[in-house]
Amino acid sequence: MPLLWTLTIVLLLGAAGYVLGRRRAIASAGGDVRLLHSLPGYYGTNVAMFTIVPALLVLSVWMLIQPMIIQSQITAMISDSAIEAAGSRDLVMTDVRRVANGLDSAIAEGGLTEDEARALRTDSSDIRARLAETGVALGGDVTPEVLNAAQQYRTLSRTGNLLLSATVLVLAGLGLGYAYSRTHQEFRARNAVERAILSILMLASTIAILTTVGIVFSMLFETFNFFQLYPWQDFFFGLEWRPSFEGGSDLGLIPLLWGTIYISIIALLVSVPIGLFAAIYMAEYSSKRTRSIVKPLIEVLAGIPTIVYGLFALITVGPMLRDYFAEPLGLGTSSSSVMTAGIVMGIMLIPFISSLSDDIINAVPQSLRDGSYGLGATQSETVKQVILPAALPGIVGAVLLAASRAIGETMIVVLGAGAAARLDLNPFEAMTTVTVKIVGQLTGDTDFSSPEALVAFALGLTLFVITLGLNVFALYIVRKYREQYE
Amino acid sequence: MNDMRVVERDVDINELKMKARDVDVFYGDIHAIKNVDVDIEDKTVTAFIGPSGCGKSTFLRCLNRMNDTIDICRVTGTITLDNEDIYDPKVDPVQLRAKVGMVFQKPNPFPKSIYDNVAYGPRIHGLSSNKADLDQIVERSLRRAALWNEAKDRLNEPGTGLSGGQQQRLCIARAVATNPEVLLMDEPCSALDPIATAQVEELIDELRSQYSVVIVTHSMQQAARVSQKTAFFHLGELVEFGETGHIFTNPDDPRTESYITGRIG
Ligand SMILES: Nc1ncnc2c1ncn2[C@@H]1O[C@H](COP(=O)(O)OP(=O)(O)OP(=O)(O)O)[C@@H](O)[C@H]1O
Ligand SMILES: [Mg+2]
Repeated sequence: MPLLWTLTIVLLLGAAGYVLGRRRAIASAGGDVRLLHSLPGYYGTNVAMFTIVPALLVLSVWMLIQPMIIQSQITAMISDSAIEAAGSRDLVMTDVRRVANGLDSAIAEGGLTEDEARALRTDSSDIRARLAETGVALGGDVTPEVLNAAQQYRTLSRTGNLLLSATVLVLAGLGLGYAYSRTHQEFRARNAVERAILSILMLASTIAILTTVGIVFSMLFETFNFFQLYPWQDFFFGLEWRPSFEGGSDLGLIPLLWGTIYISIIALLVSVPIGLFAAIYMAEYSSKRTRSIVKPLIEVLAGIPTIVYGLFALITVGPMLRDYFAEPLGLGTSSSSVMTAGIVMGIMLIPFISSLSDDIINAVPQSLRDGSYGLGATQSETVKQVILPAALPGIVGAVLLAASRAIGETMIVVLGAGAAARLDLNPFEAMTTVTVKIVGQLTGDTDFSSPEALVAFALGLTLFVITLGLNVFALYIVRKYREQYE
Repeated sequence: MNDMRVVERDVDINELKMKARDVDVFYGDIHAIKNVDVDIEDKTVTAFIGPSGCGKSTFLRCLNRMNDTIDICRVTGTITLDNEDIYDPKVDPVQLRAKVGMVFQKPNPFPKSIYDNVAYGPRIHGLSSNKADLDQIVERSLRRAALWNEAKDRLNEPGTGLSGGQQQRLCIARAVATNPEVLLMDEPCSALDPIATAQVEELIDELRSQYSVVIVTHSMQQAARVSQKTAFFHLGELVEFGETGHIFTNPDDPRTESYITGRIG
């Protein structure tokens, strides 16, 4: 039975459970809703929950585990000689899966019947040709062993799926029955629903956390591989970035990190004052009408794709900076520069800072403003001494959000600052950042066992740690401030 | 109402500090204050009484142009301070508010330390020449607001960490520290216990020697205790204004009588 059906039936059962539970609750109170412990809807929801939630949980866990089990069983069937012939176990398994899927789609299109598929033999028919008819292309001829494994694979999946549907449906039925039998006038359905909602919320946050952990671990794993091939001292303290795919490359982090930090700082220097002042103007000085025009206009900036900013950097800002500043000052002749990328990125970040800060400043209670004006303070004194301190935690948050965007930005850097890793103080030199190099190392033909490719994971992990540190630092500041003033 | 003591009052005529004539206030279409005339004398405590929503706070806020901060609020008529129209375009509301200080109905300490809260006004207006001077102003203001004993060991802790009543006294200290000529107090004792209330009333009495004080209160006893003049507002109108003793013992208007004896409100 296809999965979708199982799912639909479970949901239908849930809906039926709702109606039944509700009805039974009302009946148990003799039709007088006021005698019930909870509103009738809660009884219905309770039954629906018991029907749906355990069934769906089992469904999702099963679907995660079943492929793993089948995989390991099939793998065990394949002989060493077949593996040697194909090159690696993974390749054989890929073949097996492709053939199995090919058979599936052939049956779905009517090219084969179920029995034919099961009876197929390599010696009696050209499987590759038959599958090609149904649109499944195979790399080579199918060996009897692979075909056999594929057929086995299909059988196992079918049994697994059947079992799954049966289990899930039985579970849903049991849940429904159990909750239904417990539905009674005295039953505290409202509390039960409350607890269930709590666990759903907790589940959601757990998933979010687990995903993060998963990402970190996958990165850690590859990074570990990288450090087996390349000494970590040379990575963290190396001053040269010179990858060469023939080997013997220098993969020093410092020039990339320096580029990242340099560009981000310039971007923040541009965006924080402009964004913050714009926010203060909008929130404190402008009339409602002006604000309703200015704010959306600024926010338009946020809707521009970064690649467009990149083009702006490439054809306008870069040459302009070169012609009017760098060359007259004798600071370089490159139109890609840290300055270009930094300024354009700063422009991109203005709406983040201004919009967030504006909301935060608006959230400062009017009574604080009144208090300050009532003591004879001017508007700017009030802003400086009362509003900004009160809004500071939020503003720090906005700035850090902007900082993480700046650190993670790639497009503007490629087009504005170039892709040459360099360690230099001159802001009119081309430099590049960590993210650009991550992309650079992983595009094109990459061999995932070479340090030149694996370094991307080390770079990614480093970035992750830096942004994490930034966030922790922000939290620390915010908390310290809170302790002091709240 | 039996314990209402109408204290001896010096009925000698003080010179006029503020004068309001034909004042109307509108919040959009709501007509919140209707044609009010009030005289605020120097070195006098004037009490505004009246049922909730009758416009006491609104009128009080006209006296230091705090209503300017409300977009939809419109004030007409004339209000003078020392015979100068405070709504004249030449007048700087910021300057005005330094002279006419205010304590708000809800305590609103700044998210700063207790010390910085009180020092806020003196710093802005440059009232102190050095740190020692400022320390002294802060201490004196906190003492006058009856908060010194509770606050002296925690001057660097946030003002927002105080209890509601302490916050209200902090706001009083903050207003007093700026040294205003007129102090507007909007229900300054609504969150205070009897002891602190007595202390604040003492402060008001003391302030009277130098300033004029306008106090909004819902407590008839308080109005009778601390004020020399009383204004009774009802539905945006000034029903009666005169000597406190007169208003409380022998009101001219039946509405005043019913309100102070607790029949309308
Ligand atoms: N910001 C505002 N916007 C619109 N209407 C307002 C505003 N402030 C006050 N009002 C209205 O003006 C009238 C007078 O309000 P005000 O706050 O002056 O009353 P009050 O006498 O101080 O009452 P209370 O004793 O409860 O403090 C009320 O009807 C109120 O709804
Ligand atoms: Mg009021």
